[in-house]
Amino acid sequence: MGKRVALTGNEAAALAMKQINPDVVAAYPITPQTDIVQYFSSFVHDGKVKTEFVTVESEHSAMSATIGASAAGARAMTATSSQGLALMWEMLYIASSYRLPIVMPVVNRALSGPINIHCDHSDTMGARDSGWIQLYSESAQEAYDNLIQAVRIAEHPDVRLPVMVCFDGFITSHGLENLEILEDSEVSEFIGEFEPEYSLLDPEHPVTFGPLALQNYYFEFKRQQADAMTKVAAVVRRVGMEFEKVSGRHYELFEEYRLGDAEMAMVVANSTAGTAKEVVDELRAQGKKVGLLKIRMFRPFPKEEIAAALSSKQIVAVLDRADTYSTMGGPIYNEVRSALYDEKLRPLTMSYIYGLGGRDVGLDDIRKVFSDMEASRTAGKVSEPINYLGVHE
Amino acid sequence: MIGRAWKEIPRGAVIPEPGNAHHYQTGDWRSFRPIWLKDRCIQCLRCWIMCPDSAIITEDGKVVGIDYSHCKGCGICANECPAKVDAIKMIKEDEADDFDKIASSIPDSGSVGEVNRTEPKTGLRADEGHRRSGANAGAVGREA
Ligand code: SF4
Ligand code: SF4
Repeated sequence: MGKRVALTGNEAAALAMKQINPDVVAAYPITPQTDIVQYFSSFVHDGKVKTEFVTVESEHSAMSATIGASAAGARAMTATSSQGLALMWEMLYIASSYRLPIVMPVVNRALSGPINIHCDHSDTMGARDSGWIQLYSESAQEAYDNLIQAVRIAEHPDVRLPVMVCFDGFITSHGLENLEILEDSEVSEFIGEFEPEYSLLDPEHPVTFGPLALQNYYFEFKRQQADAMTKVAAVVRRVGMEFEKVSGRHYELFEEYRLGDAEMAMVVANSTAGTAKEVVDELRAQGKKVGLLKIRMFRPFPKEEIAAALSSKQIVAVLDRADTYSTMGGPIYNEVRSALYDEKLRPLTMSYIYGLGGRDVGLDDIRKVFSDMEASRTAGKVSEPINYLGVHE
Repeated sequence: MIGRAWKEIPRGAVIPEPGNAHHYQTGDWRSFRPIWLKDRCIQCLRCWIMCPDSAIITEDGKVVGIDYSHCKGCGICANECPAKVDAIKMIKEDEADDFDKIASSIPDSGSVGEVNRTEPKTGLRADEGHRRSGANAGAVGREA
């Protein structure tokens, strides 16, 4: 069993990368991810990792070099935030379509504009349809654990897809947390050797990556990607079970917190889940049947499992730290609502957009959502389905 | 013929078979067709040297015809053929049905050699299902 240390989220992510010891890391610093690259480059300098560290001039190049390395058969990683992820955009689709098992921590930060460096999820939510697996993390501990598991998930023969491990900028990335870490040997044993399916550097088996496929075959390759996504949930579960044996920490597709007998449920991803758990405990102490579903795997979306966990609730409020600007509420809200559509019993649903650009979310904000839910439940209908929580009115 | 099913093709659009340009039938691109006029030809092999698609077919060091599965109709061969000889004529592809008529209207042409010896091997055939579809039938097997 591992030892306890005090680390920031970025230190924890950099440590996970050190223990993963990838063959190649190509990265560019961006607030609030900067420390990850900084810490990791010092590991490279001090010879603590065998990694070839590629300094690049932009995130577009970071992702391109990571793709090249992965196609060459290397275990390759990078890390980014916000505008950096946006600049990687076209290459994200290349990585997933080439079926390269790249693992990338993304420290969630608002996309400009206006220019902002603080937390929201507009960056990764914008990339939700890029064909990457997305795992969200409440804490530094979860970011660390998810990164290690992500290697196994990405490289699983049924999957072979890239994975983003998302956690909140500043709140998690710069907050100091007491967490439990594994020994280097435990991590290297858990992840095993990378066995690339194809390698550009294998002269015995020369291959071409990145051909043109037009009307004749493009569709078939996209169909393969969609099929691979259907295999992910089972792999995430299996890897979670194996990880529990090593770490003692339990991971599912999502976390249910006092949800079983709850009548009113909140759904949220990342650090705000911690705040929500406080309020759930407080309301439970008052005898209110409330609970929380914390999103972990958002891509692919665990439709059946989430529908089963929520269909018996009277009302569900989904908190999104990003808007879709569709006039239909936040991205998680839309998925949850869609997942519930086929259920015989369907709870009332509400969307709350919160915390954009790092706007603080406190206990009172969460209390307000639960009291809104209670009012709607009593009324038997939702009069305001799309809400903006904590905005100056 | 329809293309191969999504479950049967290598994932990630990786092409595990090297040297597969042969499967990519650039002949689909052609809007002009070179006609080789055998009796005018002096076998200088300029066309064979210059053709960017290796579509001039030779046997025993002599031109014997044109591989229309790969000839994309650029006209380089016709341009390079010595002016006095003029043994390659470019005709519009949509007039190629009247091939024989056109050929017989050219003086001193003798017999016209049309040879198509492309026999695609195994592997991804870029043209499957799209032969003569009018679309640029794609290039699994070739960089853009
Ligand atoms: S037109 Fe002539 S040079 Fe051009 S591809 Fe065809 S045979 Fe080759
Ligand atoms: S360039 Fe003209 S003359 Fe020379 S080999 Fe080709 S067709 Fe014959």
